[in-house]
Amino acid sequence: MPTLDYFSWQRFLAVVTKEFIQMRRDRLTFAMMVGIPMLQLILFGFAINSDPKGLPTAVRVADTSEFSRSFVRAMENSAYFKVTMQPKTEAEADRLLAEGDAQFVVSIPENFARKLARGERPAILVEADATDPTAVGNAVAALAQLAQTALNRDLQGALQPLQGKPAPFDVQIHRRYNPEGITQYNIVPGLMGVILTMTMIMQTGLAMTRERERGTMENLLATPVRPFEVMAGKIVPYIMVGYIQVTLILLAARLLFQVPILGSVVLLYAVVLAFIAANLAVGLMFSTIAKNQMQAMQMTFFFFLPSLLLSGFMFPFRGMPQWAQNIGSLLPLTHFLRMVRGILLKGNGFLEIWPNLWPIGVFLLAVVVIGLKRYRKTLD
Amino acid sequence: MKQHSQEQNKERIPPLPQAGEGRGEGDSPSHPTSNHPQQLTIDVAGLSKRFGDLVAVDDVALQVRRGEIFGFLGPNGSGKTTTIRMLCGLLTPDGGRGTCLGYDVIRETRQIKLNVGYMTQGFSLYQDLTIRENLDFTARIYGMANRQEAVEASLERLGLADRQKQLAGNLSGGWKQRLALAACMLHQPQLLLLDEPTAGVDPKARRDFWDEIHHLAGEGITVLVSTHYMDEAERCHRLAYIASGRLLAQGTVKEVIENSGIHTWTVECADVYALGAQLRGLPGVSQVVPFGNLLHVSGTDAALLEQSISPFKEQAGCRWTQSQPGLEDIFIQMMEGAKEK
Repeated sequence: MPTLDYFSWQRFLAVVTKEFIQMRRDRLTFAMMVGIPMLQLILFGFAINSDPKGLPTAVRVADTSEFSRSFVRAMENSAYFKVTMQPKTEAEADRLLAEGDAQFVVSIPENFARKLARGERPAILVEADATDPTAVGNAVAALAQLAQTALNRDLQGALQPLQGKPAPFDVQIHRRYNPEGITQYNIVPGLMGVILTMTMIMQTGLAMTRERERGTMENLLATPVRPFEVMAGKIVPYIMVGYIQVTLILLAARLLFQVPILGSVVLLYAVVLAFIAANLAVGLMFSTIAKNQMQAMQMTFFFFLPSLLLSGFMFPFRGMPQWAQNIGSLLPLTHFLRMVRGILLKGNGFLEIWPNLWPIGVFLLAVVVIGLKRYRKTLD
Repeated sequence: MKQHSQEQNKERIPPLPQAGEGRGEGDSPSHPTSNHPQQLTIDVAGLSKRFGDLVAVDDVALQVRRGEIFGFLGPNGSGKTTTIRMLCGLLTPDGGRGTCLGYDVIRETRQIKLNVGYMTQGFSLYQDLTIRENLDFTARIYGMANRQEAVEASLERLGLADRQKQLAGNLSGGWKQRLALAACMLHQPQLLLLDEPTAGVDPKARRDFWDEIHHLAGEGITVLVSTHYMDEAERCHRLAYIASGRLLAQGTVKEVIENSGIHTWTVECADVYALGAQLRGLPGVSQVVPFGNLLHVSGTDAALLEQSISPFKEQAGCRWTQSQPGLEDIFIQMMEGAKEK
């Protein structure tokens, strides 16, 4: 009597076979099971680098001496710095730092060469955008070494005695925006974007597929309600949920983690709207493709993973190879992180964040167009 | 642009009379296509729909009169649901034309949706909303001015006033179906399209449901109802039979039986299975169906059928009588015929 056995291979194999058949039927799930590990391998294996090099550096030289040139060359030789800009004024240099175009601003003062020759140990000012402490950590450490050796070849003959300790000049490092290098200052505002991405996409993705899965969509479509009314009606409640999340995170940032809030909270609330809308649109687009709630979840994860890893939230954006930076630049989270950090930590205003606001707008537009196109198709 | 023309139409067409009002000449909408002498609520011809290679509905013509209960019969996958969806504007027909409540089924789907009550095959209200919330949502979607009263009245009529806060998902099958009917009646539609409303519902609830439908028809509401049950088909004023997307018969039960061209003999016999086995496959015998101790033997050619069964008529213990074919015999015969084509 095989049916009375404690364990029957036949019954066990029946279940195994059935699972395999169902797995094969659900192509998307299967693709995700293969796709997600591949994605993780590529992102973690190739894209991520916690020791970013070639950081964009602006150099403001008021002293055109051989020493200045040698110092800049030595910085570039360290591979951590890449001189990309030469601002004329201090205001221009500040703007480059505020907008995030430059990671470092190096200022070499007037009469640097003369003071150096007199043994007065003149100071070179290096300002770093330290909103992300890990992004500048190694570069700053390398700078300290530079002062010792950078000018050794230039200090010959009469200047020979200046070689050695103490260094012939001083490198003053200003960690701007986050002088103590507190990780929370960087992570907590960033979390706002990460949490919004996760919840907004998933909630809208599920909201629409749930209607279809439970058959309520057919009832809805038989009524005079218009597609736009359904979409807008589904989006608005989640925008409110998004604002509640933003408010909670902001309160926690201020009260629990003492994150400075230098910029305008009103401006932050305004730009959050664009970001929430972009994520909700992604969710709606997914819901027009996903056949069930499970698939909507998987698609959310498929979008969330690169957002998390390539946006500069977990790892320095500039540490990634160019292709990964290009992908990252398409994602709304990348731009939102720069905006939220800019507003909270740098006190940025609208003009400074604009370069990161319009890409989110373009993304939103593209996703809405795809979503509406797909939505029309599924009506018939 | 499209929006604009729809608004214009809205102004041109006077509102349809509400349920219970008279059905005189004066009610006839001034829309050109609805100016039909017979007051046809549904009048479509050549309706077709393809899904890829599959022809789901093929050249279907339906005429449903005002205030009548029209049964829509056919096996699973025969195109009943697709036809109903085309009638209420959920699907765009690939071919054909016609009107529903005087509105064009292709161009004026929005007006149709406003005036039709559609009950889907499965329960399609929100399981995680209460009875009242579901009704309230429906009333809002239809933009009803007297929403509160309408919901109140509907709850009273349903007899669910004291359970209005119960989640719809927790209701039994019979109650779900009653709630679904109440929801699609809320905006006082002129036409009800019911897609297998009684599937999986117990006999008592089915009986009550049909009483309700007759009551509504008495008020002048037209009902098109699809079903598998033959007893329900017999409760319709008229019916149509569809198989493989094609309409095979249309008319009253009597007309369908008379026009079927099927001849049936009933045999009372001790061993119906033995007799049945012998009869099957004989020329002219197309169906041999046991009903308890009875056997229904049918065929389309009366002479050939009689010739084949005559040797068995003499058999001891068997009583043969010529009888009328049942709807089921006819439909099964038609289905087989449709397959062969």
